[in-house]
Amino acid sequence: MCLSIPSKITSIDEKNNIATVDTMGVERQASLDLIDQEVKVGDYVLIHIGFAMNKIDEEDALASLEVYREIIEKMEEDDRRQAILEDDACANRA
Amino acid sequence: MSELKLKDLYDGFRDPKAIKALKKLIDEESLKLPRKINVMEVCGGHTHTIMKYGLNQLMPKNIEFIHGPGCPVCVMPKERIDHAYILSLQDDVILVTLGDMIKVPGSNGSLQDARSKGADVRFVYSPLDTIKIALENPTKKIIFFAIGFETTTPMTAALLEHVTKNKIENILFHINHITVPEPMRVLLESDDCKIDAFIGPSHVSVITGSKIYEEFVKNYNKPVVVAGFEPVDVMQSILALTKQFNEQRCELEIEYSRAVSYDGNLAAQRLNDKYFTRATHFRWRGLGDIPDSALRLKDEYSYLDAEIIYKDILPNKKIDDHKLCICGDIMRGVAKPNDCKVFGTACKPSSPLGSCMVSSEGACSAYYKYGNLL
Repeated sequence: MCLSIPSKITSIDEKNNIATVDTMGVERQASLDLIDQEVKVGDYVLIHIGFAMNKIDEEDALASLEVYREIIEKMEEDDRRQAILEDDACANRA
Repeated sequence: MSELKLKDLYDGFRDPKAIKALKKLIDEESLKLPRKINVMEVCGGHTHTIMKYGLNQLMPKNIEFIHGPGCPVCVMPKERIDHAYILSLQDDVILVTLGDMIKVPGSNGSLQDARSKGADVRFVYSPLDTIKIALENPTKKIIFFAIGFETTTPMTAALLEHVTKNKIENILFHINHITVPEPMRVLLESDDCKIDAFIGPSHVSVITGSKIYEEFVKNYNKPVVVAGFEPVDVMQSILALTKQFNEQRCELEIEYSRAVSYDGNLAAQRLNDKYFTRATHFRWRGLGDIPDSALRLKDEYSYLDAEIIYKDILPNKKIDDHKLCICGDIMRGVAKPNDCKVFGTACKPSSPLGSCMVSSEGACSAYYKYGNLL
């Protein structure tokens, strides 16, 4: 019911206020009736029951992904350090 | 900064490594919690994500999810479904609604059953598809049975805008749009309330903005984090809530800031205000009557209101849920689906007795489907 899907605008029919969007390789039409901000080809929008609901903030999405990348790197670094420490403490080493 | 790809918006927020890393951070943060916290995810979309990705099983012992009432199909009372059923069986009517309504049982059966009796019921992907049906069937009355929370209300308003502007004379509306804050308030004010914090709905908030949750932070002292629908969004939001408890803060945060603002989609809100006003009450399946928790068409559009036009054939008698069903308790967070005597036996997605088994966003249906009942 409530799952909106990120899609990329590939063309805009200004007369009918309809965008053609790419949703992971599937081409669909979506009404722009609920959008009062400027949208252009290449913008990312959320599509729900045939309507674009809003524009996705690209910078924000990238910033979030960057945060996750840093968290993952930090965790992997911690894991590596832990592995080295455990290795140092290995009782079976000659 | 690199360029965003569409794939990033999918894969980036479902990355197993990020889920694992966030789990580790949540585990560390949970060690400092003074007591167990119960987090209600209000929206059925989040319930679905939590069960699908097994996020409930990634939580430490002192953080628990309570599954909320945010599944519009689940909370639709039988008497409203009966309205759709009765309208669809009128000779000159084509009933149009969204696909989620196909199997929802009323007291006479579902819309699928009405179809097998000869009713003309059409399930559409978009409300705007109703216009094409109306133009192709000029001798029929096309009734759009409108469902959903704040997420779908502006789409119905957009259809109303097309109908009134283009003077399409054979489309009517049966409005069942409901709103999120009122049931949240009811849950918080119930005697056995266990809710400590909320994960705010994703796409309701895209439309309304996060401002509608201010009251829960200020008046009820419950932190709210508005989360996206992906598993990484939910994990990040749980981490944010846990930090709030440990730092003794109670705030409204937006984790889903790539799509949600404080004020929301103002164009959509204006369109809603043009056509809708508050209905005095709506009887939620599983929760009962909640005043001012639904919308109706404004009086000046009563000529489009199927409920008024067909009032002589539409009964308004309350129809209660099955006696054995404990959906009300599940939605209040005092029971889990597997506590129910009929869960998975007499009540299944293919033959639901109660509201939470009706749609894939209902807690019982998600438990049944994904079965991770640890």
